[in-house]
Amino acid sequence: MVQKHIVEARGIHKHFGPLHVLKGVDLQVDERELVFVIGPSGSGKSTLLRCLNRLEEPSSGSVVVDGIDMLDPRTDINHARQRIGMVFQSFNLYPHMTALGNVTLALRKVAGKSRAEADALARKALERVGLADRADHTPGQLSGGQQQRVAIARSIALEPRVMLFDEPTSALDPELVGSVLEVMRSLRETGMTMIVVSHEMGFARNAADRVVFMDDGLIVEQGPPAAIFENPTHERTRAFIGQIQRH
Amino acid sequence: MGGWDRFVETFFNAKVMAKYLPDILSGMVVTIELALLIVVTGLAAGLALALLRSLGIRPLNWLIIFIVDLFRSLPPLVIIVLMYFGLPYAGPSPSGFVSTWLSLALVLMAFSEEIFWAGITSIHHGQWEASRSTGLSYGQTLFNVILPQAFRLTIPPLTNRTIAITKGTALGTVVAVTEILGQASSAVSNSYNPSPLMMGAAAYIVLFFPVVVAARWIETKFAWKR
Amino acid sequence: MIQTFFNPEIIVAAWPIVMSGLWNTILLSLIVVPLGLLGGLILALLASIRHPLVRWPLMAWVDFFRAFPPLVLLVLLFAGLPFAGLELGGFACVAIAFFLNTGSYYGEIFRAGIDSVPAGQVEAARSTGLSRMQAMRYVVLPQAVRNVLPDLLSNTLEVVKLTSLGSVVAVPELLYEARQAQSVTYNPTPIVMAAVIYFLILWPLVRLLSRLENRALAGRR
Repeated sequence: MVQKHIVEARGIHKHFGPLHVLKGVDLQVDERELVFVIGPSGSGKSTLLRCLNRLEEPSSGSVVVDGIDMLDPRTDINHARQRIGMVFQSFNLYPHMTALGNVTLALRKVAGKSRAEADALARKALERVGLADRADHTPGQLSGGQQQRVAIARSIALEPRVMLFDEPTSALDPELVGSVLEVMRSLRETGMTMIVVSHEMGFARNAADRVVFMDDGLIVEQGPPAAIFENPTHERTRAFIGQIQRH
Repeated sequence: MGGWDRFVETFFNAKVMAKYLPDILSGMVVTIELALLIVVTGLAAGLALALLRSLGIRPLNWLIIFIVDLFRSLPPLVIIVLMYFGLPYAGPSPSGFVSTWLSLALVLMAFSEEIFWAGITSIHHGQWEASRSTGLSYGQTLFNVILPQAFRLTIPPLTNRTIAITKGTALGTVVAVTEILGQASSAVSNSYNPSPLMMGAAAYIVLFFPVVVAARWIETKFAWKR
Repeated sequence: MIQTFFNPEIIVAAWPIVMSGLWNTILLSLIVVPLGLLGGLILALLASIRHPLVRWPLMAWVDFFRAFPPLVLLVLLFAGLPFAGLELGGFACVAIAFFLNTGSYYGEIFRAGIDSVPAGQVEAARSTGLSRMQAMRYVVLPQAVRNVLPDLLSNTLEVVKLTSLGSVVAVPELLYEARQAQSVTYNPTPIVMAAVIYFLILWPLVRLLSRLENRALAGRR
């Protein structure tokens, strides 16, 4: 019996004009798995992530998430995206809405909840990220860490099957990183499937099930964190890990 | 009679003013009607063009840009004169009122399209991505996420431009619209006394000064922080 | 249609008169734009004295002319002043009206520009011994003008377009001459010619502005 993957990406290529950013990437992720994607900047990590929910259109290849063919033109992409949460490096909270408004927007407009239902679900989501008391604050009144936690709440309120994290802590001051990682850790404990692009190697070491190393548009090597960090087999992986650990 | 008395007798003649007050008041009604029509239709058309432009259809966008540039380049009075004195040669003969309304609405459309468009494009791309990633459609994202932020940015330039163009209703007098200036001018030639003109000037101040002060207040209120 | 709006014979016949109108429009612009700039600069420099006794009357002055349609101002000068024994003629009336009206708009722009220069600039200049006026002249104004250049250009475009009001008080500028030619030939071609000329002259400026404005709004995000 072949194991059923919740994320199944095959042969993904992506061109930006003359740039060949992804050169045939395969990525399978199991349910409840936390996959950590590392690699030098420009290696295609973020582009890969954005191809999974089709914010970026792959030039070729296939993406199936939770049984839905994401690249099929007949797929209702807006409906499918509800099942795939995404957290951005720059938070991208809506500045003209409160924290609660940020979380309820898609609940009401996409999931079709009533205002009362949406409010209740949003408050629950904000509670999960420890910000129940900030529901009526606007993004401008929140710290970076709090903003990112609201952004996580915005995604998990839709009860996604998979969560994508695109460098969620890179824009944060060091002292605020911990609170966001804490939320991600608790999310993992609920069994959420997560794909994380990040430079937080400590977090990768003790929370990830698998680490994927990408370079130059290809997956070079993958395996359990211990194997990748202690015994990388590829020269390029070794160089990258060595560089990071020197800092 | 001293110089001051003669001045008052000439420019603020009570008898003349009493006689022509009803004319000036009816002129104010016409000015207000004209102004409201211009603001509503001009801004609606400008927003509609900006939304069309956001669809990104190349040939359509070139056409929109050309129309906008055209009505930003031409003096409003030239457009009014062309419509009123020129169009009849081709068939339709719009009245002075309609010529003034359409001309200034087109000018406001052009300026407001430009401002709305700048507002829409200035919203960071991440806002689109965040919204689309939660499953909102293009239209839902535009109306719930992008436009509310864009409007905030556009309000100060938009109010200023709207006032400047709406004041142009006075140009209607050139094509025989019986708005304030038209009424005042004919009253001056009938009475051979400038008092109606002073009343007309006062009428404009009564109408537009509060709007200008309100605009100043809006400008500070909506000034973008940071 | 072409015979009506782009009649070749009428274009030829009206050419000299329309060209002389164009020349007067250019001349008029060359007079009223510097005049407006001067008025604006005076207002902005006065506004930089942050005393309430200066500030409030100044603000009222500026708002008054922002509320007052320029054509009404022009007619008031042209048709009203003769009753006081002052016959200035169309050209002088246009000049005065524009000095007052466009000066207020330019003044607001200069003021915003001066406000946009950080106070530290003046302090640094004064600390090196420059007088208040020198600091304004050499340090603040150059930066202020650069910061509000798009607005200055945009207002200048409006001023040039506004010179068409001169036609109402018989100043023989482009629109006036075109209308004269139209009433003689009973054909709208001369007005179309005037419109095309305005468009050809002002279009490059509009293009440039549209670029600058987009950038400015994006930068305010």
